[in-house]
Amino acid sequence: MLTEPRQPDLAGGTPSRSTYIGAREASARKSKAVSVTSEKTAEAIWIDCVKRIDRERDESAFRLLFDHFAPRVKGFLMRSGVDAALAEECTQEVMATLWHKAHLFDPSRASVATWVFTIARNRKIDTLRKQRRPEPEDLPWGPEAEPEPVEIVSFQQESEKLGEALAQLPAKQRELIERAYYGDLSHSEIADATGLPLGTIKSRIRLALERLRHTMK
Amino acid sequence: MITHHLNDTLLMAYSSGNLPEAFALVVASHISLCDECRARLESFDAVGGSLMEAAPSEPVAIDSFAAVMSRIGQSKAMPIPAPARKSAYPAPLREYLPKDEAAIRWRSVGMGVRQAVLTNSKEASVRLLRIPAGCAVPDHGHHGMELTLVLKGAFRDEIDRFGPGDIEIADQDTHHTPVAEEGEDCICLTATDAPLKFNSWLPKIAQPFLGI
Repeated sequence: MLTEPRQPDLAGGTPSRSTYIGAREASARKSKAVSVTSEKTAEAIWIDCVKRIDRERDESAFRLLFDHFAPRVKGFLMRSGVDAALAEECTQEVMATLWHKAHLFDPSRASVATWVFTIARNRKIDTLRKQRRPEPEDLPWGPEAEPEPVEIVSFQQESEKLGEALAQLPAKQRELIERAYYGDLSHSEIADATGLPLGTIKSRIRLALERLRHTMK
Repeated sequence: MITHHLNDTLLMAYSSGNLPEAFALVVASHISLCDECRARLESFDAVGGSLMEAAPSEPVAIDSFAAVMSRIGQSKAMPIPAPARKSAYPAPLREYLPKDEAAIRWRSVGMGVRQAVLTNSKEASVRLLRIPAGCAVPDHGHHGMELTLVLKGAFRDEIDRFGPGDIEIADQDTHHTPVAEEGEDCICLTATDAPLKFNSWLPKIAQPFLGI
């Protein structure tokens, strides 16, 4: 059942994931997460924070998100080749964007981490490539298109499974994928990094899109 | 009904921010029309999210949070995007076109085919091509990749039929002669890694003038 209280598990408890990010960091993250609450999953907490920012402009909710995501965004940018000072500035812009875009976040289509990633990636392209960055037409969603809680929970579960699947990939393949996302691969090398188990999460997103299209009519 | 989609390499390259602008425009335009590819793209975004979540973090400056709050105080919330207006062109492409679509500057490339170059860099270029109904795009090969999105009408080449919303991915080994179907002009958005090579003499002579 979904109602069973769960420990927030930011780092993932499996040994393979711990080696992935470093065991020491994993346990540090875990103890910090437990102090937030012990009744919701970490993802449920982040979703709630985004909602509170959107509805109440809640600074303390924003602080929680900031403490968790800002260092990750900065780490991501620096590993992508942005120098420390610029990475700090971009991270601040990414976090400010997150505040302003809180009303556009759809938890039935993306985890908060994924949403933050897309904002950080866009900032990275603007900074490093200095080109225009065409984006797909936005699908608006508002109160009338609000997803059912069960859809959000199902998506969270898929999202968690994807994280576990990635952590369990052979080291070589995982490294290739990381390099693709840090911008280290050529187009033909990226072809070798595809072939990920994305079928189920894709189906979830597809359902969410269908619901949106339906409400837009 | 869209039958030809983007491949995983293009979706992953777009998701990870590795596509040149010209190709990104074709990808973003197709995704605006195709929820199947949008869902696939967003699952690649989920991979990026998982990686960022698991990767080593970097401490932020001591005054970072305060700096963000002051940035927030200085700017406004982003509006909810307005519903799309009716147009043959998807939203990301409209950003590259004049407001009045009748004012698009079409230029002849010979054989009745016209083009409007949208961006052109050493890395890649992207253009609209307008092929009269029943006419062929002159036979051409490519130095690199060519990515085509059909916006209006349809074309056939030696292999297949491509209708509105369809993507055709061709590489340097593809020598094809797309022919627009009878009935209406075919309008395509085409990105290439390198200048298109036309194999018939007329467009080849015209190339230096037109910047193909």
